Amino acid sequence: MSNQHLSPLRVPLVSEARSLGQLTEEICAPMERPPTWRWWAAFAVAVSILGTGAGIVAYQVGTGIGVWGLNKTVGWAFDITNFVFWVGIGHAGTLISAILFLFRQKWRTSINRAAEAMTLFAVMCAALFPVIHMGRPWLAFWVLPYPNSRGSLWVNFRSPLLWDVFAISTYFTVSAVFWYVGLIPDLATVRDRAKAGLRKALFKVLSLGWTGSHRTWSRYETLYLLLAGLATPLVLSVHTIVSMDFATSVIPGWHTTIFPPYFVAGAVFSGFAMVLTLMIITRVVLGYEHLITIRHLENMTKVIIVTGGLVSLAYGTEVFVAWYSGNPYERFAFLNRAFGPYAWAYWTMVTCNVVSPHLFWFKKIRTSPAAIFVLSLVINVGMWFERFVIIVTSLHRDFLPSSWSMYTPTAVEAGTFIGTFGLFFTLFLLFVRVLPIISIGEVKSVLGFARDAHADAAATTGPRKPAHAPAESLPAAAPALALATRKDVPV
Amino acid sequence: MSAPVLVGYFDSEEKVLDATRAVREAGFTLHDVYTPYAVHGLDEAMGLKSSRLTWVCFGAGLTGGSLALALELYTSVVSWPLNVGGKPFNSFPAFVPVAFELTVLFAALITVASFLGRVKLFPGSRRVALPRVTDDRFAIAVQPREAAGDGAAAEEMLRRHGAVETARMEVAS
Repeated sequence: MSNQHLSPLRVPLVSEARSLGQLTEEICAPMERPPTWRWWAAFAVAVSILGTGAGIVAYQVGTGIGVWGLNKTVGWAFDITNFVFWVGIGHAGTLISAILFLFRQKWRTSINRAAEAMTLFAVMCAALFPVIHMGRPWLAFWVLPYPNSRGSLWVNFRSPLLWDVFAISTYFTVSAVFWYVGLIPDLATVRDRAKAGLRKALFKVLSLGWTGSHRTWSRYETLYLLLAGLATPLVLSVHTIVSMDFATSVIPGWHTTIFPPYFVAGAVFSGFAMVLTLMIITRVVLGYEHLITIRHLENMTKVIIVTGGLVSLAYGTEVFVAWYSGNPYERFAFLNRAFGPYAWAYWTMVTCNVVSPHLFWFKKIRTSPAAIFVLSLVINVGMWFERFVIIVTSLHRDFLPSSWSMYTPTAVEAGTFIGTFGLFFTLFLLFVRVLPIISIGEVKSVLGFARDAHADAAATTGPRKPAHAPAESLPAAAPALALATRKDVPV
Repeated sequence: MSAPVLVGYFDSEEKVLDATRAVREAGFTLHDVYTPYAVHGLDEAMGLKSSRLTWVCFGAGLTGGSLALALELYTSVVSWPLNVGGKPFNSFPAFVPVAFELTVLFAALITVASFLGRVKLFPGSRRVALPRVTDDRFAIAVQPREAAGDGAAAEEMLRRHGAVETARMEVAS
């Protein structure tokens, strides 16, 4: 409750007054009590979807990817759509944890842990698609450059698909390390609360002997800043490289220099929508409305307005350049998108991504969790269609009308996609149960970021309180609860 | 394990900052300060120098980038030059993405490893945190000088700055 952070201009980040001890209790509670029936129900659904998806994947690996709806013209459709979709979802996590950290956006503290976990799970889902698309996933290690017994045959470093391999695996590794480093102090908190047993032993290993020493904290802060500084260009590079899978080709509708920033904006747009979807459910189910406040949701919707605007601008620019370039193939590709056989997908995309974010200009909508939840789903659908439109409409009618064809996904493809949602939610539900989903240490450090009620009163009636106010300046009832219930410790 | 130190417990950030400054002004040796979160301003209060991890990070990034470019050049130009669509063997612009990714990868992993090594954090560590400092307590560990009565003076000073409890114990360095 540091008075050094008090300012009459600041709105509290954590909406109800809490003591440090209470915060620890609250954030650790879901991990320490048995799961509720709601959790079990959600988990059962997620695991069944995951199981079904795994079965479908086993079937297509056994049979061959001829069970997909691909043909000679559209040789790359549903799987790459889903790959780009999931990678994009992942981006908001790193954006929240790294970029907002560099911008000193303290409101990120309540949501960064869960968003980073979401990143990891989304990247896992994404990575599945290219691996399955290989048809022989057991040969996936061929994408790695290593001295092998097939002659001095190396991977082709000039291929954007190989850049993807490096981008995605680096992104996953660095995100995982960043996430774990952020977890260490909280793992120590859980360790110190745990009674002797398996949990204690496990967290003892995971927390690596963290003691809260400030000599360690000081270096830790430097490390965290460095990792944020590394993750920021990394997150931008990943979707840039993903976009180059398309942009370096010569297909009309793909061969576009605007793709890198356009894809990054789209990724942040869809990622924030997914963070909102998850956080709105989580805050209600776990009772964290005071930690993940309406203000957090509102801030994220503002990011959505901005990135939605960028995405709209990119759509407009694409259409303008298609017309202005005078390239008949390019012009046709865009006319075909808007008025061809996949026009329904194009207009779904425009409605969801260009029109719907503007509803967030209204404060009423921006502060209503139910409305935000619905819109976040709409945006996720829209962004999925964006990738589908870019990929399928560009491929199905390119230079040679004799090879034009249509593409419809088969049940196997749809099942694989739905299966990845099973994987995503299974992992997220497990995460909610076994790790602190809110960064305890970081939220504690922003507890004092608030208007001080006493100071507000004092500002009109008299001088401010001295800097070192006695314990009464703590929120009422907070220390009483923290101290009265903790008889097991000496202090 | 080191010699027993005097540990004072506090319940707020300001008190611990204040007491830390006082400990140093009074000339006691500050063993360490333990906090549940990173308290800003404590670096100056403790007189800590800024970390050299940034240099490690820079060097690691440079190593990663150089290794990546070397690997790409060796494989694509020396070991197995393959004509793909008439592109030059040494296609430097095409080598940039992979070099960039490996720069970041090396920088991140080596910096984290150096951090863990420097602060002696590792799985299987037997160090135990002081009671409640990972929860809601702040603690200062002071090494009183040998002079008679110095321990009492240090304890008195901690109390004066708001310590809720003091104890003599051994703490890990």
